[in-house]
Amino acid sequence: MNYDILITGLIIIAQILAVVVPVLISVAFLVYAERKVLALIQLRRGPNIVGPFGILQSFADALKLITKENIIPSGSNKIVFILAPIITMVLSLAGWAVIPFAPGWVISDINVGIMYLFAVSSLGVYGIIMAGWASNSQYPFLGALRSAAQMVSYEVSIGFVIITVLLCVGSLNLSKIVLAQQTVWFAIPLLPMFIIFFISALAETNRLPFDLPEDESTLVAGFFTEYSSASFVLFFLGEYASMILMSSMTVILFLGGWLPPFDVYPLNVVPGVIWFSVKVIFILFLFIWVRGTFPRYRYDQLMRLGWKVFLPFSLFWVVVTSGFLVYFDMLPN
Amino acid sequence: MVIYSLTFYLFSSVAVLSALMVISAKNPVHSVLFLILSFVNASGLFVLLGAEFLAMILVVVYVGAVAVLFLFVVMMLDINFVKLREGFLQYLPFGALLGIVLVIELGILFLTDRSSNIYNNQTPLQPIISETENTKMIGQILYTEYFYLFQICGIILLVAMIGSITLTLRDKGGVKRQNIDSQNTVDASTAIEKKKVKLGEGI
Repeated sequence: MNYDILITGLIIIAQILAVVVPVLISVAFLVYAERKVLALIQLRRGPNIVGPFGILQSFADALKLITKENIIPSGSNKIVFILAPIITMVLSLAGWAVIPFAPGWVISDINVGIMYLFAVSSLGVYGIIMAGWASNSQYPFLGALRSAAQMVSYEVSIGFVIITVLLCVGSLNLSKIVLAQQTVWFAIPLLPMFIIFFISALAETNRLPFDLPEDESTLVAGFFTEYSSASFVLFFLGEYASMILMSSMTVILFLGGWLPPFDVYPLNVVPGVIWFSVKVIFILFLFIWVRGTFPRYRYDQLMRLGWKVFLPFSLFWVVVTSGFLVYFDMLPN
Repeated sequence: MVIYSLTFYLFSSVAVLSALMVISAKNPVHSVLFLILSFVNASGLFVLLGAEFLAMILVVVYVGAVAVLFLFVVMMLDINFVKLREGFLQYLPFGALLGIVLVIELGILFLTDRSSNIYNNQTPLQPIISETENTKMIGQILYTEYFYLFQICGIILLVAMIGSITLTLRDKGGVKRQNIDSQNTVDASTAIEKKKVKLGEGI
């Protein structure tokens, strides 16, 4: 019996913990930051009681929620009802396996990294559909239906945006995508695609102005109306973790991942992981800023934007980009 | 290699068991969920074969899109479970026949000589381990050897898409639609009409 397998397994578990624990802690601070930023936008104080500047508010909320009673509605389909938040949570953490935080700082540097991220984010809809169906209640069910249609629609344009970036990179590996941006970040030559990707990311994570699955003014709380206590916490964590995941995806595809903005002396000594975090925080700030600024879309407007504006435009831009690359002989390899 | 075989048996046994559950589960929504589990495990098997691109495509297309719509439809249907079970014995011989035909065909596929294949030097069932990413390999074969077949597939899909759109698109009268362009060009002068209203008369 050799211990190599055991040691490899322990190293993998340590790597997973080294990613998952910071992600969960950053979720707590993201919730705090969101409440603070929204408060500043609306000229309020925001949380300021628990800890210095209210910084421990999220931890207090989490403790409060977990110690509450977990209610499972008697008419619900119990197994699916319990599985739904777990699936949401697991999927929002699974994507982190391929995210490169800095050169070599990645759990699994697979060839099809971007496809894996796309697959994981497209699976995210199952947690919501299962929750809506298993609750056996009208509001969650409506929320689930809205979410299914919405996420499938916006995935299509996300797919085309990813194809545009891949045309410029020539590889599906996330580290190679970052390294291809050493001369210029893709956000500059592919600016329209960057904007479409950001808006689609808002829709994909069910954030305002596209948060119709949990539209509180018409659907109580949407798909998680019937959830309480720990299962609600799992949904909450999952949603914010997938928000950070989508922001990281935006940073990797368009903002040069761990690369500094200019490869000059004081900037390039800063570790890559710091640059990566700063960019992710910037994108997350945009998420919150959008939430504080725009009213919620109506459902038909949401569908129109996805299918009649983003889909044709991103398809057109795929053709333009590939035509440009072929004409000027700039195709990678 | 121990880990490799362990994961293979994990994926394949879960795939087979969930496939069995698809046809034996009483609740159709549970059936679809087991179908999804089966798909995911099949993609795990693809990863073990070294076909990671196919694995991801399987998850994106079948699990991420097709099964979502499937689940969508099944959830909306009001299915009578008792009625669904009634014809079981009636359909059993037909189903068994289909199963037997499938097994025989698979048997023929595995037993025949595959030397007539275009790649004479290697059996296609063996994973080809090489330095090239298999995304690139698929692209190289799809756009050269099978270019016309690939285009024909695209045309078939296009025809199917147009067909389904024409079947479902109905222009019922009385539906109020928003014209976004005209809505965006509205300003105070076109949206507000000022009228002098005489007292006691109304408009």
